[in-house]
Amino acid sequence: MIQMKAKVIKGARILQEAVTTQHGTDHEYTTTGLNHRKLLMWAFLGSDCMFFGSLIATYMVYYGKSKVGPFPEDLFSIPITSVSTFVLLMSSMSMVLAYAAIRKGSLKGFRVWILSTALMGMTFLAFQVFEFYEFANHEVHFDCSQVGTGNLSAFEESFQNECIEGVTTVDGIHDSDGNNLTGLTPKTNLFGTTFFTLTGFHGAHVTLGVIWLLSLFFYSFRGGVTRERDLDVDLAALYWHFVDIVWIVIFTVVYLFGVFPGFPES
Amino acid sequence: MAQNEDMSTETHLGSENHSDHPTPLTYFKVAMILSIITAIEVGIFYVEDLSYGIIPILTILSVMKFALVIMFYMHLRYDNRLFSTLFLTGLALAFLVVIALLALFQFFTPS
Amino acid sequence: MTTSILSRPIHPTGLWAWLTTIDHKRIGILYGVTAFIMFLSGGIEAMYIRLQLAAPEQELVSPEIYSQLFTMHGTTMIFLAIMPMGAAFFNYLIPLQIGARDVAFPRLNAFSYWTFLGGAVMLKSSWFLGGAPNAGWFGYAPITSSAYNPGHGIDFWILSLQILGIASLAAAFNFIVTIINLRAPGMSLMRMPIFTWMTFVTSILLILAFPVITVALIEVMFDRFFGTNFFNVGAGGQPLLWQHLFWVFGHPEVYILILPALGIIAEVIPTFSKKPLFGYPVVVLSGVVIGFMGWMVWSHHMFTVGLGPVANSVFAVTTMAIAVPTGVKIFNYIATMWKGSISLTTSMLYAIGFIFLFVIGGLSGVMHSSAASDAQQQDTYFIVAHLHYVLFGGSIMALGSGIYYWFPKMTGRLMDEKLGKLNFLLVFIGMNVTFFPMHFLGLDGMPRRIYTYDSDMGWNLWNAVSSVGYLILALGVLILIVNIIWSVLSGEKADGDPWDARTLEWSMSSPPPEYNFEHIPIVHGIDPYWEQKREGLSTVPISGGSGDDDSHGIHLPQPSYWPLLASLGLFVSGYGLVYLSSSIGLVVSIIGAAITMVAVYAWSFEPVNDPDEGEGH
Repeated sequence: MIQMKAKVIKGARILQEAVTTQHGTDHEYTTTGLNHRKLLMWAFLGSDCMFFGSLIATYMVYYGKSKVGPFPEDLFSIPITSVSTFVLLMSSMSMVLAYAAIRKGSLKGFRVWILSTALMGMTFLAFQVFEFYEFANHEVHFDCSQVGTGNLSAFEESFQNECIEGVTTVDGIHDSDGNNLTGLTPKTNLFGTTFFTLTGFHGAHVTLGVIWLLSLFFYSFRGGVTRERDLDVDLAALYWHFVDIVWIVIFTVVYLFGVFPGFPES
Repeated sequence: MAQNEDMSTETHLGSENHSDHPTPLTYFKVAMILSIITAIEVGIFYVEDLSYGIIPILTILSVMKFALVIMFYMHLRYDNRLFSTLFLTGLALAFLVVIALLALFQFFTPS
Repeated sequence: MTTSILSRPIHPTGLWAWLTTIDHKRIGILYGVTAFIMFLSGGIEAMYIRLQLAAPEQELVSPEIYSQLFTMHGTTMIFLAIMPMGAAFFNYLIPLQIGARDVAFPRLNAFSYWTFLGGAVMLKSSWFLGGAPNAGWFGYAPITSSAYNPGHGIDFWILSLQILGIASLAAAFNFIVTIINLRAPGMSLMRMPIFTWMTFVTSILLILAFPVITVALIEVMFDRFFGTNFFNVGAGGQPLLWQHLFWVFGHPEVYILILPALGIIAEVIPTFSKKPLFGYPVVVLSGVVIGFMGWMVWSHHMFTVGLGPVANSVFAVTTMAIAVPTGVKIFNYIATMWKGSISLTTSMLYAIGFIFLFVIGGLSGVMHSSAASDAQQQDTYFIVAHLHYVLFGGSIMALGSGIYYWFPKMTGRLMDEKLGKLNFLLVFIGMNVTFFPMHFLGLDGMPRRIYTYDSDMGWNLWNAVSSVGYLILALGVLILIVNIIWSVLSGEKADGDPWDARTLEWSMSSPPPEYNFEHIPIVHGIDPYWEQKREGLSTVPISGGSGDDDSHGIHLPQPSYWPLLASLGLFVSGYGLVYLSSSIGLVVSIIGAAITMVAVYAWSFEPVNDPDEGEGH
């Protein structure tokens, strides 16, 4: 009891000295001994779980409810997305190595790793842009002899009326101005709406992360990133890893489950 | 002034202990495990005999990846439990709300 | 340093002092004044509603305007009046109650306020820019779709709610960290004042509930702006999804509105009963349980949409169960008064009034927790009666109690008790005369949101009574305004502790010095200031309050322009997004986003205390 009281009084004295929050120094007195900003970051990440949870719930509730195609199995290319998933996973590793470097005081190591993290993030974004572009320009190509054999997807089958007398293959569906009518946009169907919104917001998170990482990279040349202020890196890293784990969920739920043939279709 | 110095070291006691963080080698190992799990996920995906069995397998594998990242890369394993509490509260609630919404929309009811 | 484009305001005065302030007490007052003005504007909207319904078949306002009136009344009262009024008390009191000199992130706190103000102005400006939103405060899809609602009203509603959401989230993160991390030595969690506890639970609810409404609003926004299909029935979209997402947010939101009220009552009643709070741990626990169970009841707002018997039963049972922790709190408050030495100040009268009215609202709530019974009551005036008993009888009465209780602390002057009692009496009577007849109207089948009714429906009498009640209520509020103004100007001077109160904020002068505590107190119990006064545990040093901070060597965080500018950017881009279909709108929204980004960058590179400029102290 006396010991506790002594501790309390000591804490109070320290508190009187540590007057207010000093930006960048992590030595201020706090009740729990934990840093304000780090607590804020974790609370934010918990809150962001609800954000992505709501988006994922929307995607799943509308899964298989689209009235017209294209459907996930017409578009997704698991090998390509696996590569971009792998890139994002590896960026998490280089992020953590950047953090480990700055904690050892190695500014050079920090710069190498944080730049490679940002580059991998940009690679991931490039994949995403490519994917969105591909989906928006998706065309149907099939041999009319395949109609009714079960080799065509439901979306392709829906164009069997194109196979009129004298037409042996269908090479894309276009309107009179030559516009492709079989691409996926946010307006096309529920799948397009929910897919682009969910992955788009993830992409926006990645973009913000890349900006943050690059800011730290450039700030390090002005002496802004030091061993004493490794927390600045830690916070960016936490955010970056969070973006990565959200993608782990999206990859499984949207991509792998999305083209899984055993699932009920619309 | 000397007294001051003394106290600032005191305050440091409470903050996170920096010594027990994992080494870069650990980070590398974790990355390898993550890669292998991803490879298994993609590989399993092409095994058609599994049918619906793919769902629990993929779910478990993803949860493992998720857990590895938050435990090691986000060093929740080495950090104060308050951080885990804050994050896992949001995560658990998000999970439950998603499940509840899916149930309410008959996602789990075979049509 | 060199990164600052604008030179830093070191000791601003006058208007600049308020615009750049990061002092939690000033921000609290800004919140309070803004919220009170918004409360009055929501009251004026209610006045039109009551005038229109005072007699059958009136045409004072058109049906179109009527829809805008009830939408704006609800949205205003919830998001612009009650929530920020709570935030005003959080801001002013939390650092004082936990023995801190400010919140954990003072600049973020300023950002919260300015962003809130921007959202409030934006929502209200819709009245003058082509019509206010008109889809009800819960904006059910597909009434909000551009096909059925082509004007800009809904766009204003969506975007201002998004901006208000950012403000609430920023404030909630701030208070979570503040309460976890800035408690004075000895103030363990189970010694925190109940108001602080309820603020903590409310903040947790906020950070978990607001992302859901953010997503829901994004979905409506995309439907309207970009032609997506979220709620487009033609493409298979389900309006039901909006209802679910809205109420997943909406029900915790209800507790966000009432938990601070329950916290205020738990501060007022023990002080004026001269007894410690009865069953402190139970009151804490029940608050936490309410916060937790608030997530399991949302579909009780949707009993009539046809979720099926299983879902309805589950949500009926959880709804009935959540009445238990709420009831526990009420019993604790009553038990605190039991055999206490009660002084019936206006604040205490409001608190007792709260208990009366909130219990009535709670009981009618339990009535429609039964799905079968709710089928009769859904969308009738019975619901309107219920929600006003919990929001007016609950939240507003508690806020009134809080105003009378903490006014001397904030201004250094007591409020007039005679006017106060008259104010309370009129509000209490007016509130009951206005809202109690709505129970009868509802059970008699009068639907909500109708702009007029036929004279042979049998609803004439009670509608007329309700409108008379509004007048009494308005008179009561008017007296409150008179009392506040009169007391600020020439009220009796209050010392630091006019009520012989229990918590730390009373241990300093009124109003408190800018740095709050000259010496950070050491806390030994739940009622630290009582313990200091009664048991002589002189571990809470009384602060000076001379206003001369130089002599204490206390460096406070310096004011900053950046929070204000970051909020301004959001405000500007909000307007731009409303008019996104035109190229000017696009340009404006990009400019706004750029302002915010520049401000956030400058903010992150600006030290809390500029080392060069701070040396002068």
